[in-house]
Amino acid sequence: MSEIVHNGPGSADEAGTDSAVAILRPRTSGTEKVLRIVVPVSMLVAAVIAWHLAVVLNNIPKYILPAPYDVVLSLWNDWPTLLPALLVTLRITFTALILALVGGVAMAIILVQSKWIELALFPYAVILQVTPVIAIAPLLLIYVPDTQAVLLIIAFLVAFFPILSNMVAGLKSVDHNLLNLYDLYGASRWQTLLYLKLPASLPYFMAGLRIAGGLALIAAVVAEFAAGTAGQGSGLAFRLLESQYRLNIPRLFAALLLLTGTGIAIFGLTSFIAWLGLHRWHESAIKREN
Amino acid sequence: MTDITLAEPRTAPTTTQPVVSMRNVSKVFSNGTLALKDMSLDVGRGEFLSLLGPSGCGKSTALRIIAGLGAPSSGSIAWPTSKINSRGLPEGDVGFVFQEPTLMPWQTVFGNVHLPLRLEGMNKTAARPRIMESLASVGLADFAGAYPRELSGGMKMRVSIARALVTKPKLLLMDEPFAALDEITRQKLNDDVLRLWKQTGVTVIFVTHSVFESAYLSSRIVVMRARPGQVFSDLSLQHTGDRDSEYRTSEEYRATTEKVSHALHEAIHAGGGTH
Repeated sequence: MSEIVHNGPGSADEAGTDSAVAILRPRTSGTEKVLRIVVPVSMLVAAVIAWHLAVVLNNIPKYILPAPYDVVLSLWNDWPTLLPALLVTLRITFTALILALVGGVAMAIILVQSKWIELALFPYAVILQVTPVIAIAPLLLIYVPDTQAVLLIIAFLVAFFPILSNMVAGLKSVDHNLLNLYDLYGASRWQTLLYLKLPASLPYFMAGLRIAGGLALIAAVVAEFAAGTAGQGSGLAFRLLESQYRLNIPRLFAALLLLTGTGIAIFGLTSFIAWLGLHRWHESAIKREN
Repeated sequence: MTDITLAEPRTAPTTTQPVVSMRNVSKVFSNGTLALKDMSLDVGRGEFLSLLGPSGCGKSTALRIIAGLGAPSSGSIAWPTSKINSRGLPEGDVGFVFQEPTLMPWQTVFGNVHLPLRLEGMNKTAARPRIMESLASVGLADFAGAYPRELSGGMKMRVSIARALVTKPKLLLMDEPFAALDEITRQKLNDDVLRLWKQTGVTVIFVTHSVFESAYLSSRIVVMRARPGQVFSDLSLQHTGDRDSEYRTSEEYRATTEKVSHALHEAIHAGGGTH
């Protein structure tokens, strides 16, 4: 009895159907989820304990290296001084970032309209980028009477370029077949920009946003150092310098802590915005599985 | 030039007017390559015409010129039965399927199929019945909310076909649409395209380099030669009975592929091309 056994009916047909692809959401296991939080947090706690022990065991004076406890205490006690300074720095950072976003995207759209516009204008964008912007602060201080405006201009100039260059790259790297498709259906320039070029350059925009977010904060601080603001209405950079002059090192650390926190918050916020915009469709936001 | 074996350009012996008519179309690319030379072709209503030829014979170029993507260097394209818009193209009468699915990854399947109608100014609500009808015709009604990355290669191609059909075009242009797919998926999509062609009565111009694909699908095969790209021979195919898996193993299909294969072989040797 030796009969050739065929596969059951239908199995050959099913091999040809590609319409039954199940899409399962990848799941990380419960243990991994917990570890993802536990590992970095315990590492942080360990670092703080090590810091504390180093200070206590070596009897390091407060004006050289304060213990973590002193920093927290200073943060609490000097909050009335530090909060207004933080708000000033935040205001400059976010105003500069928003202006850079609007300006960078608008400029990129203008640049890609024709190669002649790009030839005429792009060199200036590059000059702006390669010149250490902080070096023009003394000049700006002469031309612009308001110090806060100078800080804003510098932070804007620094944050502007990453947005611009990323957006130009994004607007130019649209799939040619998709451009052909839009042509085929007689899409207007406006429709092509709105429905195709802008969405296609979203990943580039998000990359620019994350870079610009961090740079805007750095620029806001550095510009304040350069401008030498003082007294009321100054930002965290001034409080840093002031604490240094007065050898109030715990407060210097507290101000530093606030800046770091702000930086992390900006990074988190821009990453979240990028995730919101991309997680459904872009490779950068999708977990790779092999 | 050995033009002896060149077929006479088909000059529409039928009484009905052709859907599209190419007259002495030549195309020279900016690098000096002569992609097409004096190509004339009339495509009749309801035909399933395959452009078959070796690579470099200008079949894709011809298709793109018909679609209005890149103007011919000389010669003319006429649309005797269509209303012509300001850009010299038939108003909403052409659908195009590229070699790649060419879907927008940020749009759902629904959004991608909506695109041609959206560009005409039709909003989602108004377009929904037509989009769903088009998706249903390629068997993807359940996937309207999925993103392209969640689909297999064959499914992406179906979305691309649904998008091309959503405007109910008179003429469907397909540029080696299934070349990148595996054999099984390809056969299935061939059957789908054939079914849609029969159901809708759309005229199809299908670019391929596969003898078997063209012999299976076409009512007419135009074989092209390379360097310069020209029509080499023009074969009309009569299919008796249904084309299905049975047909793929039939004597009739074998004879057809032999004939087509022979014509292609001659075209390759007539062209000065490499192969």
